[in-house]
Amino acid sequence: MSEKSGAALEPMIGVAPEDVAVVPTGGEPSLWPVVPRPVLGVRIVIGVVLAAAALYAPFYFQPEMNRVLSQAVYLAIAAMGLNLLTGFNGQVSIGHGAFFGVGAFTSAILMIDYGWTFEPTILVSAVLTGVFGLLVGLPALRVRGLYLALVTLGLAVLFPRVAQKFVEGTGGVALLRPSRSEFSSLIDGLDDDQWAYLLSLAIMVVLFLLAWNLVRGRVGRAMIAVRDQEIAASTVGVNLAGTKVATFAISAAYAGVAGSLSVMIDRIADGTNPILYFQRSIEFLVAMVIGGAATILGPAVGALLLVMLRRNTENLIEGKEVLSPAIYGGALIAIVFVLPEGVVGGVRRLLARLGRRSVAAAAAARPPVVADPPPTTSPDDSH
Amino acid sequence: MQLFIEQVLNGIGNGVVYGSVALALVLVFRTTGVLNFAQGEMALFSTYISWKLTTTGMPVVGAIAISMAIAFIAGAATERTLIRPMEGRSPLNVVIITLGLFLGLNSLAQLIFGVDPQQMPTPFPEGSVSFIGDARIQKETIGLIVVLLLECLALWFLLNRTTLGLKLRAVAGNPDSARLHGIRAGSMLMLGWGMSAAIGALAGSLVAAERTGFDSSLMQTILVYALASAALGGFASIWGAVIAGLVVGIADALTIQYVDALDGIEVVLPLALILVVLVVMPNGLFGKRTVERV
Repeated sequence: MSEKSGAALEPMIGVAPEDVAVVPTGGEPSLWPVVPRPVLGVRIVIGVVLAAAALYAPFYFQPEMNRVLSQAVYLAIAAMGLNLLTGFNGQVSIGHGAFFGVGAFTSAILMIDYGWTFEPTILVSAVLTGVFGLLVGLPALRVRGLYLALVTLGLAVLFPRVAQKFVEGTGGVALLRPSRSEFSSLIDGLDDDQWAYLLSLAIMVVLFLLAWNLVRGRVGRAMIAVRDQEIAASTVGVNLAGTKVATFAISAAYAGVAGSLSVMIDRIADGTNPILYFQRSIEFLVAMVIGGAATILGPAVGALLLVMLRRNTENLIEGKEVLSPAIYGGALIAIVFVLPEGVVGGVRRLLARLGRRSVAAAAAARPPVVADPPPTTSPDDSH
Repeated sequence: MQLFIEQVLNGIGNGVVYGSVALALVLVFRTTGVLNFAQGEMALFSTYISWKLTTTGMPVVGAIAISMAIAFIAGAATERTLIRPMEGRSPLNVVIITLGLFLGLNSLAQLIFGVDPQQMPTPFPEGSVSFIGDARIQKETIGLIVVLLLECLALWFLLNRTTLGLKLRAVAGNPDSARLHGIRAGSMLMLGWGMSAAIGALAGSLVAAERTGFDSSLMQTILVYALASAALGGFASIWGAVIAGLVVGIADALTIQYVDALDGIEVVLPLALILVVLVVMPNGLFGKRTVERV
């Protein structure tokens, strides 16, 4: 009985049937489940606590830890980019490491060879990787699922080789290190590491809000429709090619921005390791999946979890550092087993259950307003 | 001309390797519908087992056979314990699991067998025989080709001419309706993974024997080329995978020799090949057209 008389459905009571369909669009598009009020409350509390913690963190931790947190931030941005493409649009990419690399090298080259300051290079990276993503997205129209994953995998493997061929850093290797002073804090009273973290965080918040707005609107509904039923979506007028290519470009731009930020945080753009950008791609994918694919907070949660996991497995066993990838890989498998929908998916399910229970309790406490009272009441309700 | 033939032979030598790993990928994909990114690292682990057995004085062929048997059991166990529980969940979860295996197996191999390069002895006779004109072909390469052909024949026979093969294909095509026909889908899936792990073990051991020294990075580049070959061959066809492996190998060798602009980035070539093939024929060179229903 409880679900029908839920608090969330209250506005619907007494509304004529033809108006019912309009109601959900007042707040959210009908695609999204209506959030029960207690759940909304919990969500707001969680959000405020998280925001406060994120803002306070750089002043609490040592610079070394701030760097780790900043890495989580840029990882989150890239994972969000991938989330738009894979989570919301259903195009699997294992090549976002390449876009990340393009972003990193764009920033590094502009700073070293052309004397730019760091901050404007982020914008150039975003535009450049966006265009690059557009170019990759066009042939990707013909390729789907597994094959797309493979073609993009190729991008990630290819990138370091291209970098080695065309980029010449110190000593003739594809390794660029912009000088330390280039990244100094632009605000008095903030240390360099705090500035790097807060700047990345601000960019992340903006990009996450953009993504949130994108997937809640018409474009987002088109993206999800293409993911769920491509042919059906095209029959109701969704522009398949346009949606897919645009998503690819936006997604690539996110990874590019993340790459730029990584130059500020890690102080390096590295093209010498042949599988580094393949590993990056895996990181993005993993962060997205363990955080929760097709959720907004998922990539951030997943990125933080991933960075912490890696940091803590690195020195777990003295003298057996070679084992850390094994623990890391094992942990990934374990997370997939325990939380198949990712952390955010799991929490959401928990909250939904919580919400249902509190709604049930509220409904039991007062007489139901709906026309037909439930025929049977459980013994608990009869007090 | 001499140089050209030599390069082609060179390419065939590599192509056979790509083809045999692609075969394992295709087999697992055909029988279980999963793309196993850990295929290369599973093969690496088996290769280390073969090598370890040969250091105890065991003959090479026996060592490889035992390691294939171990790989078969380990592959089937992996399917049962790690992949099966993901049935009915998002395919992304399976991808994460195989990637987790990829990371884990590689570092376990380093931990158990050390990081120093090792030399795997070859089961084939040494030396080379003359081919067209003055070009010479290594006996090892001939051996690899023969082994690969035998593998293909055996697999083709198994899949297309036996009841077991029919069951395997039925489960891959539609597990539910296969179950309704009384086929034990679980056993078939385990069998698919086991066989592909054994093929990987064979491929890995032979590749390692062909090279001077191998370490834990042995399979990483090979996996990329093998994936390219599998995609080029359409992921569904055994012969397709092998022929595509040869095409990729030869094209790669010729690019290295003749196209200076791609110096150092030869890996562009298999990718470009995949892209062209997929754009023209979305189901690969040897794939079948599928009709999609809404």
